[in-house]
Amino acid sequence: MDSILFLIFAAIAVACAVNLVLQKHPISSALSLIGVMGSLAALYLLLGGEFIAAAQLIVYAGAIMVLFVFVIMLLNAGTENVEHKRLWSRYLGVPLLVALLGFVGYIVQKVLPLSEGVRFGTFRNGSPLEIGKALFTSYLLPFEVTSVLILVAILGAIVLARGEVD
Amino acid sequence: MPALPSSTPLSWYLILSAILFALGVAGFLFRRNIITVFMSIELMLNAVNLSFITFSYKLKQVDGHIFSFFVMVVAAAEAAVGLAIILTVFKNRQTLEIDEVSSLKD
Repeated sequence: MDSILFLIFAAIAVACAVNLVLQKHPISSALSLIGVMGSLAALYLLLGGEFIAAAQLIVYAGAIMVLFVFVIMLLNAGTENVEHKRLWSRYLGVPLLVALLGFVGYIVQKVLPLSEGVRFGTFRNGSPLEIGKALFTSYLLPFEVTSVLILVAILGAIVLARGEVD
Repeated sequence: MPALPSSTPLSWYLILSAILFALGVAGFLFRRNIITVFMSIELMLNAVNLSFITFSYKLKQVDGHIFSFFVMVVAAAEAAVGLAIILTVFKNRQTLEIDEVSSLKD
């Protein structure tokens, strides 16, 4: 059952990612990216990451993608011009990509034994309680530094988007 | 058809992460629209997050989850600043093609 669920969501994720790369219009790419993020959230749940799955849906698929779609709408971004790719990139790109992935897959299969697998429910440290404990004890300093980072990002975004920068 | 294993092998998750990352790199290199290039970066970050969660499962530790949480936070900050930069570039140049925004190269 676990592997069937994995295969379903992995297939959705890969199909949406391929669609993201191939689509000519940015809004189609954005919707495909939302599909990737949703199926990845399901995979996080299978791995026992309840908090991360919820954060993935809320932060990524919710907030960040709304920002993307909003900017696409604001700039009225249209279809991309199909430019002439170089000959070698058109004919060598996909085979090289497949070769690289085959190599990586072979290495990973070799290093990790097939015997130990992911079973839903065996990893119980992904709950908000455990995450919060780790976040506010051993990772307290990075967490606080992150708040400064967010503040800087807000100020930077406001200053940049206000205009008169040239 | 071979029977499916009762538990998903860990390597499948890592291979899926590698596939998504490679697709993100391909989109980053081949697309010409600056917004799509930016979305490819987000795809790569997501792929790395999947690796973090997988290794967190294997090592039975919560640290991978914390790391992917921080990656999400940084991605949110990056999206805000990056999209503001895209807005400014579009305001000044009226284009979204990355090949036409190359004054740093000259």
